Amino acid sequence: MMQATPSAGASLVLSRDEARALTGRVLSFSTADQTRVTITSSRSGNTRFADGSITTSGGTTDTSVTVTVTFGRRRASSSTNMLDAASLERTVDLASRLARLAPEDPELMPELGPQTYAAVEAFVGATADLDAEARAEAIARAVGAVTAAGKSAGAIFAAGYLEANSRAIAVATSNGLFAYHRTTDADFSVTARTPDGTGSGWAHAGARDWNAVDPVAIGRVAAQKAVASRNPKEIPPGLYTAVLEPQAVTDLVPLLAGALNARNADEGRSAFSKPGGGTRVGEKVADDRVTLYSDPADDGLRGQPFDGEGLPVRRLVWIENGILRNLWYTRFWAEKQKKQPTGFPLAGGLALVGGTRSTEELIAGCTRGVLVTHFFYIRALDPRTVLQTGLTRDGAFLIENGRITTPLKNFRWNESPLLMLNRLEDIGRPEPTAAGRMMPALRVRDFNFTSLSDAV
Amino acid sequence: LSPTRRDFIKATAATAAAIAAGPAVQLGPAAQTIAAPGADPVALDLANQALDAARSAGASYADVRVGRYRRQTIATRERQVSSVSDNESYGMGVRTLVNGCWGFAATSAMTRAGARQATLEAVALSKAARAVQKRKVELAPVTPVVGTWITPVRRDPLEVAIEDKIALLLAANDAALKVKDVRFVSSGLALLREVKTLVTSEGTNVTQTMIRVGPAFSCTATSEGDFQSYEEELAPRGMGWEYVESLDLPGNAERWAARAAEKLRAKSVAAGTYDLILEPTNLWLTIHESIGHATELDRAIGEEANYAGTSFVAPPEKMLGQLRYGPDFMNVQADRTQEGSLSRVAWDDEGVPADRWLLVERGIFKDYQTTREQVARIQKLTGVARSHACSFAESWNAVQFQRMPNVSLLPGERDISVEDIVAETGRGVLIQNRGSWSIDHQRYNFQFSGQAFYEVQNGKIVGMLKDVAYQASTLTFWNSMDMIGGASSYWVGGAFNDGKGEPSQINSVSHGCVPARFRNVTILNTSRSA
Repeated sequence: MMQATPSAGASLVLSRDEARALTGRVLSFSTADQTRVTITSSRSGNTRFADGSITTSGGTTDTSVTVTVTFGRRRASSSTNMLDAASLERTVDLASRLARLAPEDPELMPELGPQTYAAVEAFVGATADLDAEARAEAIARAVGAVTAAGKSAGAIFAAGYLEANSRAIAVATSNGLFAYHRTTDADFSVTARTPDGTGSGWAHAGARDWNAVDPVAIGRVAAQKAVASRNPKEIPPGLYTAVLEPQAVTDLVPLLAGALNARNADEGRSAFSKPGGGTRVGEKVADDRVTLYSDPADDGLRGQPFDGEGLPVRRLVWIENGILRNLWYTRFWAEKQKKQPTGFPLAGGLALVGGTRSTEELIAGCTRGVLVTHFFYIRALDPRTVLQTGLTRDGAFLIENGRITTPLKNFRWNESPLLMLNRLEDIGRPEPTAAGRMMPALRVRDFNFTSLSDAV
Repeated sequence: LSPTRRDFIKATAATAAAIAAGPAVQLGPAAQTIAAPGADPVALDLANQALDAARSAGASYADVRVGRYRRQTIATRERQVSSVSDNESYGMGVRTLVNGCWGFAATSAMTRAGARQATLEAVALSKAARAVQKRKVELAPVTPVVGTWITPVRRDPLEVAIEDKIALLLAANDAALKVKDVRFVSSGLALLREVKTLVTSEGTNVTQTMIRVGPAFSCTATSEGDFQSYEEELAPRGMGWEYVESLDLPGNAERWAARAAEKLRAKSVAAGTYDLILEPTNLWLTIHESIGHATELDRAIGEEANYAGTSFVAPPEKMLGQLRYGPDFMNVQADRTQEGSLSRVAWDDEGVPADRWLLVERGIFKDYQTTREQVARIQKLTGVARSHACSFAESWNAVQFQRMPNVSLLPGERDISVEDIVAETGRGVLIQNRGSWSIDHQRYNFQFSGQAFYEVQNGKIVGMLKDVAYQASTLTFWNSMDMIGGASSYWVGGAFNDGKGEPSQINSVSHGCVPARFRNVTILNTSRSA
């Protein structure tokens, strides 16, 4: 596991002791029956560039305090980012006034007492310390790589974005709970476009640790894809085998999180509702090789080990070898259904496992299909099947007899991440695609490409 | 017509006339009753400290925005309140220009030391940006201005008693739950008050108070293993509590809920080509995606290439005055002055006075949306020397950049209604309210759904449909438009959450439009089982 290193950036978000002191101060202002204080302290640095120039760059430092107070079964929240005593007291007062006016909440759960959490080290000094000069230098290297790798296409255009965030989150209750977690994430993406306007490529890396991000590789891959995608050919829309790169899978599979809500399933309004009542837990919902889980303590995910109420978030296997094993339960619904509460799944990250091959091997095993770099503008169409619509972007290619042969025009598609997991030909090895995501490439049979797009 | 709708028609009639003449839109009956607050002395002191520090550190230009944002939200489900929340955020953002490079830093440490530190960080970011600089930023001139402004409202929604708001929502839920098969209902309110002071090194000093309200209502009916939802299109507006009251949620909820129940028994659409009649409650979002975003100059020149995308309306020299967007009767207006609209301001986040201009005139693309630094890119092509005042930041902690103003399809000359359009349609589908929406990164291929769909045969609505989405390519679609409604059918939709930029920021924007018919549009059936 990554060890935290001493970091100048670390001093910009609240430490555990500072967070404990601040929550204690806020709790002391409250006369409510129960009080919860949530603190988010953040430091964000970002740099954006297009066409050879940095267009915007920014640094933001902020700490917000949210107070949730309860009188009997009445509850309300208020938040502020002004940390002087008068402002904090005013915020507690406002929440208290609102709570007294709110109707009784039949679903109200008492605030939690002390809890134990998984130990998760998600704060990396190299990310917290990434300053404006270092970001500009990384961008200069990426732009250099784009220019070099895109030379054959002429004066290639590059645009992109680099951000590094540090965050500390704390939750405390008047019943003695205190939770603290701090985390970093770095994200770097580059889009390269050929001067003739017919080719576009994109590459991205995201991680807790800036050292895991290679700006030169990102620039090179974006440019290579742009050059290779020039003069795309049209093939008619229809059902094609699709090889989805890990970034494309990252765009789709986490959309299942909403459908994994136990209450919606129990209430008969989810893809995981069983016709006639109950849920589909225990049923086969995906290919036998598919296992989908969340686990904040997993080294590849390093998620937040508690949710907004301070409830511990632990390892949960949603789908195991194709069988639906768990749904996520709020505390109220868990009590009503006599289950364990879980908190929201994405807090603990999301990993899809089940294969060992590389993306290249998945391509090599494809007789005829469409390779997808990533997706754009995905929106839900039908919650009964988790059906979505969206488009391919920045590189779609025809695969023939195991080789990439032809750049393709982009497609719109209408497809469901759930139904798709039942039509798998092959699963790649999970790769880190963003902070808190481990996703493989997938080869999917009969992916539903529905219309052509002229967009490059 | 509700009083609200009448206000908009009045404003629109004036606006349509303004294409030629150009007078300001008159305020309607919702005349201002709350005085615009001036700048907080503390904010002014910190802003001046920051500007001094920026000048000393070598900035050729700097601006400071001090923002105090308050957002109250109430959410309900069935017969209970699921959350009541009141949030405030206060801080300052400093933007500096050094050697033609931008830097921006924001802090919630509202002290002289905090202001100075943020300013020095912004200057350091400006200096660091020189490492990657092909083009220097040049700002179009603006006359410095001092002033205050507030959204005209009769009642500040944050001053209305919380009990009254909760009672209104629960009464609507109660009414909806009377409908057979309707088992779930959600309603809510988002109420915003934003006070923003902008001080620039050029002498601008303006304080604006923006008030916005966003009501919401949706419900779900279930029966025999199926479930269907309906969401009413309750447009958020830059208006006061009087707008929320005018919507009469308790009085209308039963009718809205009945549509969810009716959808359970609606016919699944037969995919194919139909004439499509879009009511304004659906069309506003199609305008937003296929015209609003496509005519943003930052997209056209590639500045959004890595995220929201570029635009097919590029390069400017081949598009301005040449691209046929739609038929001769198509006029699309950008407007940051429109009464009741979400992006209405007196000055943008660069202190440029709000503007109103045509993006599409008689079917031809005419101009883009611009900020000060973008003017020089197209000035020789358009002859326009001013910024169109499209600079906006979602909060004090975010840098301002080009954001969409209200973009609206102006009414046709014949004052016809949606009923008149239906009466003249042989085989069609009529769609109400926004459903699923998606468009590609150059704004060609889009697919939209809705909430209520009706089959039209021989001039009459013959029944409800479900599983409907329409898919088209922007220019084909707009050029297939052959009928539009008149001024009495004009309605203004909008959203609080239009995303763009990195880091992503949201923008509130309205879109007015009339019902319109589009010929031979592809309709998909969105149900699928394997």
